[in-house]
Amino acid sequence: MKQVFAVTRGMLPADTSYCPGCTHGVAHRLIMECLDEMGELENTIAVSPIGCSIVAHQYMNIDMCESAHGRAPAVASGIRRVHPDKTVFTYQGDGDLASIGMGEIIHAAHRGEKFTTFFINNAIYGMTGGQMAPTTLLGQKATTAIYGRQKEKAGSPLRICEMLSTVEGAVYVERVALNSPANVRKAKKAIRNALEVQKRGLGFSFVEMLSSCPTNWGKTPYDALQWIQDAMIPYYPLGVFRKPEDM
Amino acid sequence: MEKILMKGNEAFAEAAMRGGAGYYFGYPITPQNEIPEYMSHELEKTGGAFIQAESELAAVNMAYGAAAAGGRAFISSSSPGLALMQEGISFMCSVEVPVVILNVSRGGPGVGGIQPGQADYMQATRGGGNGDYHVPVYAPSTIQEAIDMICSAYDVADRYRNPVMVLADGMMGQMMEPVVLPPARKASTYEEIRRDKPWSLTGKGDREERNVLKSLRLQPDVLEEHVMHLFEKYDRMEKELVKYETFGNMDSEIIFVAFGTMSRLVAESIEILAERGISAGMIRPITLWPFPVKPFEELSPSTKVVISAELSMGQLIADVKASVNGRVPVRLINRVGGIVPSSIEIADRAQKHLEELA
Ligand SMILES: Cc1ncc(C[n+]2csc(CCOP(=O)(O)OP(=O)(O)O)c2C)c(N)n1
Repeated sequence: MKQVFAVTRGMLPADTSYCPGCTHGVAHRLIMECLDEMGELENTIAVSPIGCSIVAHQYMNIDMCESAHGRAPAVASGIRRVHPDKTVFTYQGDGDLASIGMGEIIHAAHRGEKFTTFFINNAIYGMTGGQMAPTTLLGQKATTAIYGRQKEKAGSPLRICEMLSTVEGAVYVERVALNSPANVRKAKKAIRNALEVQKRGLGFSFVEMLSSCPTNWGKTPYDALQWIQDAMIPYYPLGVFRKPEDM
Repeated sequence: MEKILMKGNEAFAEAAMRGGAGYYFGYPITPQNEIPEYMSHELEKTGGAFIQAESELAAVNMAYGAAAAGGRAFISSSSPGLALMQEGISFMCSVEVPVVILNVSRGGPGVGGIQPGQADYMQATRGGGNGDYHVPVYAPSTIQEAIDMICSAYDVADRYRNPVMVLADGMMGQMMEPVVLPPARKASTYEEIRRDKPWSLTGKGDREERNVLKSLRLQPDVLEEHVMHLFEKYDRMEKELVKYETFGNMDSEIIFVAFGTMSRLVAESIEILAERGISAGMIRPITLWPFPVKPFEELSPSTKVVISAELSMGQLIADVKASVNGRVPVRLINRVGGIVPSSIEIADRAQKHLEELA
């Protein structure tokens, strides 16, 4: 019989601690599938953030370390210096990357660090229970913005891909969404591209994934995916913001 | 061995390289700027790497990454920068990753000034960041001693899988002294890293198990067990690492306690006092943590006063008092703000303390 599907070796056979309908698990699997397909699982070192996905190393079958809140890009920069020929990536949420770790991510891009960052934008602080993130949409409710985010008080949501695409050293920047089978397929392609850019030593590569947090959004898993489509994508347009000329 | 004249900061940088540091991450701050400057052009010649970090927060986390990957990392800064590094130091102690950290300290609080200070004593010896942890802290008093300490700090860091700190001050960073440089240690190859640091992140390769370095332990009993494990290690450090030196006559009425730059001035003050017919001695802690308690237990019955001489408002004195344990009066001689007292000022004030107790 011909095998048509197998779970990637990149994922450990463990149940994740993520909530039902959360897309962290999807993102994990896509990254691991790409590394597996590239034959890079044994050659990869990754950094998990502070946030729900600090435990990513319980599921990703690779060498990994945790990092302090927001500092994953600095940690990855250090790892990269010791092992210039490994595949290195960071995996970070929007509180981690777009708030407390803004300095580290911009400067990793600025130096043209030869690693990849996977950015999980779920427009909320998940692990701490639903506080406003820099990426929370206007009008979106959070436990620190109970009437919805107001521009006058908290500013407008930050668009990280757009920002990073002004930085010379960020050679691959793409935003994808994890809300439909078609978008998930595109996400996998983006992840693969970003990792290829790293392998070719071209510079910093970055994939933002619009993700769901049904628990803290107060939505069912299905409605959460719909909300990515209806509310997030219009504000956070999908697409490639930067790529090498030959890609 | 050939003696050469070197500026403190450059000597510290060269010592780190010869001790095996392949990776340096730093952010400019006076009075230690010569270190990142020197590293920026010298480190690559040895096959290592230098990053001018965007902040001290980034620098310490880069060092964590490099050390987690099995590399020998060196970071340096001065007081306000060390304050920012505390997050990373606590994290590295938790994850058990060895790095060497140098503080060329200056006066505070806040941005303070750029002249020498010792007011980071508590921060250095009490952890400084969050949680229960320790780092061994070495206090050199000459540039040569600093060189030797920085080199051997890598062995200590690797042996215990823990950060190690060298606490110097702006005076030592800026002055020049004749020194002998040790031979350079060879950098480890990839294979040597995998053999010598089997816990490090090198990519799974043909290893049986993948490696995971973590700090998060949400289950209280698991975290407690980990803290207990760390403290078994700190207990061993207290037994194995304590270092101090005594100077002058230890049967004297006055016994000074001083480290770093202050200990050099006190040594001069002891000679000045001798000329006045007053005998004095000094305990110079070489490790500030673990603190040398033994010489205080051995204080002579003729000792009338123990004087903590420091460039802070009474930080070292806390350990001195705890070690003297009420046996004799303890007094403070200090200056702050970046002012270093003259040896005559120290001698005068010590003499006054002795007279007041008579
Ligand atoms: C220095 C520090 N500040 C705050 C926290 C608390 N904290 C833990 S997770 C988190 C937010 C993470 O949110 P995000 O990055 O959006 O990831 P998510 O949990 O949504 O995946 C915060 C603020 C911390 N651990 N450390």
